[in-house]
Amino acid sequence: MSEYPISDSDQEPEELAPMLLPLDGWHRDHGGRMVEFAGYMMPVQYEGIMAEHLWTRESAGLFDVSHMGQLFISGEGVDAALEAALPIDLSTLKLASVRYSLLLDENGGVLDDLMVTRQEDGFYVVVNGATKWDDIATFHELLPEDVTLNHLDDRALLALQGPKAVDALERLAPGVAALTFMKSGRFTLGGVEAWISRSGYTGEDGFEISIPGDAAAEVADLLLAQSEVKPIGLGARDSLRLEAGLPLYGHDMDPERGPVEAGLAFGVNKRRRLEGGFPGAERVQRDFAEGTAQKRIGLKLEGRQAAREGAKVFHGEQEVGIVTSGGFSPSLQHPIAMAYVDAALAADGTALSIDIRGKKLGATVAAMPFVPNRYHR
Amino acid sequence: MTRYFSQEHEWIEIEGDLGTVGITDYAQGQLGDITFVDLPAEGATFEKGDSVAVVDSVKAASDVYTPVSGTIAEANDVLADQPELVNTDAEVGGWLFRITLSDASELEALMDEAAYKDYVASL
Repeated sequence: MSEYPISDSDQEPEELAPMLLPLDGWHRDHGGRMVEFAGYMMPVQYEGIMAEHLWTRESAGLFDVSHMGQLFISGEGVDAALEAALPIDLSTLKLASVRYSLLLDENGGVLDDLMVTRQEDGFYVVVNGATKWDDIATFHELLPEDVTLNHLDDRALLALQGPKAVDALERLAPGVAALTFMKSGRFTLGGVEAWISRSGYTGEDGFEISIPGDAAAEVADLLLAQSEVKPIGLGARDSLRLEAGLPLYGHDMDPERGPVEAGLAFGVNKRRRLEGGFPGAERVQRDFAEGTAQKRIGLKLEGRQAAREGAKVFHGEQEVGIVTSGGFSPSLQHPIAMAYVDAALAADGTALSIDIRGKKLGATVAAMPFVPNRYHR
Repeated sequence: MTRYFSQEHEWIEIEGDLGTVGITDYAQGQLGDITFVDLPAEGATFEKGDSVAVVDSVKAASDVYTPVSGTIAEANDVLADQPELVNTDAEVGGWLFRITLSDASELEALMDEAAYKDYVASL
């Protein structure tokens, strides 16, 4: 028996020893099965992916996402500087509001997706773990000297996700229940200073909690002591985000594809789309005007066998695309996938097939999210 | 009846020239929640070490190799509707296929239960 694990293309290409996160010992103490991911040792599961997934959908799951890059960008003219670097409209981003944006290369390819929050004296930016070092280098190239980028690598990041996350967190950090989706603020959580936003990567209501790394175990203990909360690993994080239709960097988006093709047009704000003036603007504007050859779509598979990343998609005998993420949906109890296919075949209900280990299995283009989002708007 | 184990975490129970094959309880624990099992066709012939089945879990697809050469006599069709039996009853009801051995001497290369236990403990 041999295993093909969740694709490891997120890992650093160099063979460096994996780094340890502030909660490494905490995960091991709580039965986390540790694997290398994005250059760090991370818990892939505790009691099991299926149970953790379903628990998050019905109660509240605690995720350690401290591998992600937390940055703070500030200085004279930071708004204009950040607008020159990202296709974001900061004139409409209010204090403590969070917005999804994209780091694009000169050709309009997606280098990363990220979250930008306006704070009193600058912007708090969260980027993907696997790409953070490259992102920091890219920002250094794009930002003028008057603007400073601080890597907040002394901070941990936790996510508390699920319909009961608000009940558990309000008990510990009074006031968080008043936040709405994509709003944030500074709170005290068990005496610890925390920047908390109502956001996440599961499709559920929930929060992302930035705290000092040396207080991470204490905060994790407090959260886990709430009856609604169980620890959740990377495995369920992946199946939850897949059901929510949320793309994973390095799998469902990469520098070969632009934001329009990737279905991430909302990451390019309207004024910026019209005015340009960000890396790759020419290609992005052309894609908006002319459309793209392929599109990212959702697929619902027949039967129970899952399609994995790299499986080829067919329309009749013709190869028309490729699966970029796939797995068995614990909530829906059938396999689902994300794929890029020819734009003409991207309409919901289109019948396609997927070559899975030499057999062509039926699949239908399906609207995403596969499981309805339950954000607190 | 004698039961043998492979380093790839398959078990095979021998009765005459017929072997019943499954994955071990240790293996199912490593794979996690099993959602689908792709089984071989009756009458198909395989060499020892060939991939004859696929076990799909939430996180990954895993090959199952036959520990002996032979011809598939039967597949456990119950798993089509209840793949989770491989989790809950890996070494009895969660068997995958029965194979008619073509070379019983291949069994000599496999481990007995005590040796397999030691092997798992060493991992």
